[in-house]
Amino acid sequence: MRYIPNSAHDQRQMLIEMGLQSIEDLLEGIPQKVRLNRLLALPRPLSEPELLEMFKELEGKNARGLLSFLGAGVNQHFIPSVIESLVSRAEFLTSYTPYQAEISQGTLQAIFEFQTFMCQLTGMEVSNASMYDGSTALAESILMAARISQRNRFLLAETVHPEYRRVVNTYLHHQNLKVQPLGYQQDGTLDLKELDRCLAKDVGAVMIQSPNFLGNLESVEKVATLAHERGSLLIVNLAEALALGIVKSPGSAGADMVCGEAQSLGVPPSFGGPHVGFLASREKFVRNLPGRLVGQTVDSEGRRGFVLTLSTREQHIRREKATSNICTNQSLFALMATIYCSLLGKKGIREVALQNIAKTQYALRELRKLARLRVLFEGPRFNEFVLQLPQPLGSISKRFSNEGVVPGLDLERYFPALSNSLLVSVTETRSKADIDKLVQIFSTL
Amino acid sequence: MPIRKATPHVNQDEPLIFERSSSGRHGYDLPRLDVPAANLEGALGSENIRPEIDEFPEVSEVDVIRHFTRLSTWNHSIDTGMYPLGSCTMKYNPRINERVARLEGIAGTHPLMPESMVQGNLEILKTIGDFLAEITGMDAVSLQPPAGASGELTGVMMIRALLFNRGNSRKRILIPDSAHGTNPASAAIAGYSVETLKSDEHGCVSLEALDRAMSDEVAALMLTNPNTLGIFEPEIASITELVHARGGLVYMDGANLNALMGLTRPGDFGIDVLHMNLHKTFSTPHGGGGPGAGPVAVKKVLEPFLPLPIVEVNSTGRYYFNYDRPLSIGKVKAYYGNFGTIVRALCYILANGAEGLKEASSVAILNANYIKHKLRGVYDLPYDEPVLHEVVFSNKKQAMHHITVMDIAKRLMDYGFHPPTVAFPLIVPGALMIEPTESESREELDLFIDAMKSIAEEAENNPDLLLHSPYTTRVKRLDEVQAARHPILRWRPKSSESI
Amino acid sequence: MKFPEECLYTRQHEWVRVTEDTALVGITDYAQKELGDVVFVEFPKVGDSFDTNEPFGNVESVKAVSEVFCPLAGEVVEVNQDLVTSPELVNTDPYGDAWFVRLKIANPEEVKDLLNAEEYAELVAEESAE
Repeated sequence: MRYIPNSAHDQRQMLIEMGLQSIEDLLEGIPQKVRLNRLLALPRPLSEPELLEMFKELEGKNARGLLSFLGAGVNQHFIPSVIESLVSRAEFLTSYTPYQAEISQGTLQAIFEFQTFMCQLTGMEVSNASMYDGSTALAESILMAARISQRNRFLLAETVHPEYRRVVNTYLHHQNLKVQPLGYQQDGTLDLKELDRCLAKDVGAVMIQSPNFLGNLESVEKVATLAHERGSLLIVNLAEALALGIVKSPGSAGADMVCGEAQSLGVPPSFGGPHVGFLASREKFVRNLPGRLVGQTVDSEGRRGFVLTLSTREQHIRREKATSNICTNQSLFALMATIYCSLLGKKGIREVALQNIAKTQYALRELRKLARLRVLFEGPRFNEFVLQLPQPLGSISKRFSNEGVVPGLDLERYFPALSNSLLVSVTETRSKADIDKLVQIFSTL
Repeated sequence: MPIRKATPHVNQDEPLIFERSSSGRHGYDLPRLDVPAANLEGALGSENIRPEIDEFPEVSEVDVIRHFTRLSTWNHSIDTGMYPLGSCTMKYNPRINERVARLEGIAGTHPLMPESMVQGNLEILKTIGDFLAEITGMDAVSLQPPAGASGELTGVMMIRALLFNRGNSRKRILIPDSAHGTNPASAAIAGYSVETLKSDEHGCVSLEALDRAMSDEVAALMLTNPNTLGIFEPEIASITELVHARGGLVYMDGANLNALMGLTRPGDFGIDVLHMNLHKTFSTPHGGGGPGAGPVAVKKVLEPFLPLPIVEVNSTGRYYFNYDRPLSIGKVKAYYGNFGTIVRALCYILANGAEGLKEASSVAILNANYIKHKLRGVYDLPYDEPVLHEVVFSNKKQAMHHITVMDIAKRLMDYGFHPPTVAFPLIVPGALMIEPTESESREELDLFIDAMKSIAEEAENNPDLLLHSPYTTRVKRLDEVQAARHPILRWRPKSSESI
Repeated sequence: MKFPEECLYTRQHEWVRVTEDTALVGITDYAQKELGDVVFVEFPKVGDSFDTNEPFGNVESVKAVSEVFCPLAGEVVEVNQDLVTSPELVNTDPYGDAWFVRLKIANPEEVKDLLNAEEYAELVAEESAE
């Protein structure tokens, strides 16, 4: 096997030095009665050209060259070439968790920079070194809020990404923590009256997403005021982190914790993963944060360096009493987000956010001209909106697929009440011609 | 003229990206906007608009390339040298895996595309699921958990769901004292209390202790096999039989699966559910701590409880996601798992085939035992039992000269190696847990062995040398105490208060 | 290692200094040496009440966490805020500036169950021998 340096000859030499006949002599520890006495039923080994051919064939079974307006938490933004080039460097790609700080300063400093970027974007004081994704970051943030508040009921807006809500329900089911859904009002944002009714002394935290799953910005400040009046925490989640390039930070609007998905910052869709989650909070909660944290320190000669720190929160020390079972962070993908933020910088992050808004507003303006369509939930938004059609989507999907267009997400899958409705995402990667094509198809339906 | 660049390659100074910022620089150009600029206040509402993020850096593309390239040179990696971290399986990461995972028609796919448009992806998921079931001897697989610890949590949640469904809510999970910290942490998050099972004098699960601990309050035994000492549990068949006889289930942490491929299968020795680490056994890159992937494999009895959805294929060869699974525990991650990681692992399995995987495990075992043979007598072997893919020494001999495992670890860096896992498992004071994997050649193993021998000599003759090592790294020993006492967890501009 | 005569001790390595109906509590010189460099101390809140031997706080080094147990039943009337900013005091002055909490003793009878300096020194000698 080409990945194994020691040839049969090398192996024999090593065995001779050890005074053994064959590798079989080393397998005595595995009792005979549980041995596998046949080869695994797998295809024959493949060479590199064969592998490439096979995966290209698989790739060919996916639809290609589509014009897609799918967003819904996996957002199509341009990824600068620099990112792939840098994260392909073996020293980043093929290293482990930076336990040994002296030979992991590259990863450690990059994570420190990631933590800083996440604080700046969210308006929080501390951020962890990243999490698996936006859904698990939300689940972990609730477990964190439960530890801080010592309360056991949590209010979760229905306008939070439905996949995230499912993950939250799975995690909390086994913790004897109650999750109560909060509905949305006519304009597609959290029903504040319902929130007011549901807030009580046993509510640990209120969880909202902004921009929410329907594309609307929530009234974060109002929700924060209500929650804080009753002694509850406010957790704001983001499934579209790029919005923070222009939208007021949740921290400055009163959130206590901000978590979410940073896939928008330089990470490919990759059929839903790997992506990169983040969890940031007020400084006073730092010892309740789950996951890795990188801190600045000095070496024995006084030079600045970075280490994993506050580890006593974690599973390898506190075991069953740890803040989380999470072991690693999502280093390489946190690095992608760090490079993205560095490249775009102060001006670029704002400009790309503005382009998202411009394209979305243009699409809205053109679509509103079509009498048969209705834009639901008018209000402040970033780059997504809901479009209601007069007929079932199934009846028109052929028309779009013939043109190689995916017009958006059929919302009925997640919101049965929203039949005949599409969630449409228009990012900076869609040209005017792309948008005009979408509008043109709608106009002929 | 003084030399301004005063340090050699690996010690190039490089500030934080924020400190490199220089007003007016930019690293990225957007295409010219081809639609009218938006009325920002109309679109967002004036109360929702933020000012420019002042602390974001302003740097050029060249600055960014130099910055991160220099940072990278401060890391040790598999590609630069041996990385013998025990239980972490730092094997070579084949580059063809990277190439196929980055194919635009694979990496560019959206998880919510209609199933008819992503048949290739679904075939990938189904194929690797079937392969992993065959490799582990289990009946069904979920690829959703994004990491090993997440796989543990998923597995334990399924156990709990099954027992609840049987109307039998057991309260505890038994975990050997040699286990990784994620095991008890995962059990706790899944709602169980944890009872630690003391290992016997051979470092293994004691059947008598298990017999005493196993009551109708115990939901499951959670073990690692081979365990963290590299020892295959000699009584594994009796262990799983005993737990089953008392109505419990057996969870296996698959962290050490690299010892078993093609030699024995967890499903054949009584395991009910296990997770695998694709980033260990199946060669996907660790990326400095993630992403990984932690699929779970189960026996028939647990299949209804697998996370949603699972991939199936109908009689016409069409692949689809099955969400119609009322007993499922739900979702443990958005969408279907770390797909990009899964693609890489599939590529690895296909490159190896049955012969290659068996050879990988066999040579991993040979390499570990070669090190054990060569370092026997130089370092103490607290449990001198037959081991598979890893071996645990201790610093007992060196401790007489007041040398800790951390001193040995730091000194090893000067010899160009990454240290082994240290201070774990907890049942070995001063543990040095060495897992070379099959990726190391005889020559590299010999260099490592020489380095370890040399350090043992230094510990005896010149212990001070070890106490102040490493000497050749970017930074010297870092002050972890100060970092924890007065945490600085982010950069702040000089003018503002730091936290 | 110092074990001041004026203190009383527990088997879990806390020291107690009793004055009338209150007790000052900290961890012993032996305990701080075993832990190493202390980086963080977690206290109960003023007003919280604890039973004898109930855990009421944590003391952390870089790689270990150790629970602190309430030596005598009672109510916490004061906590040492200096340890929040200067946890290193636990290492440098365990019996002085590094007291953890002041308790209002609920049951003065319990004081006689504590170890004196000599008894505690014996306990430490035994533990060190292991």
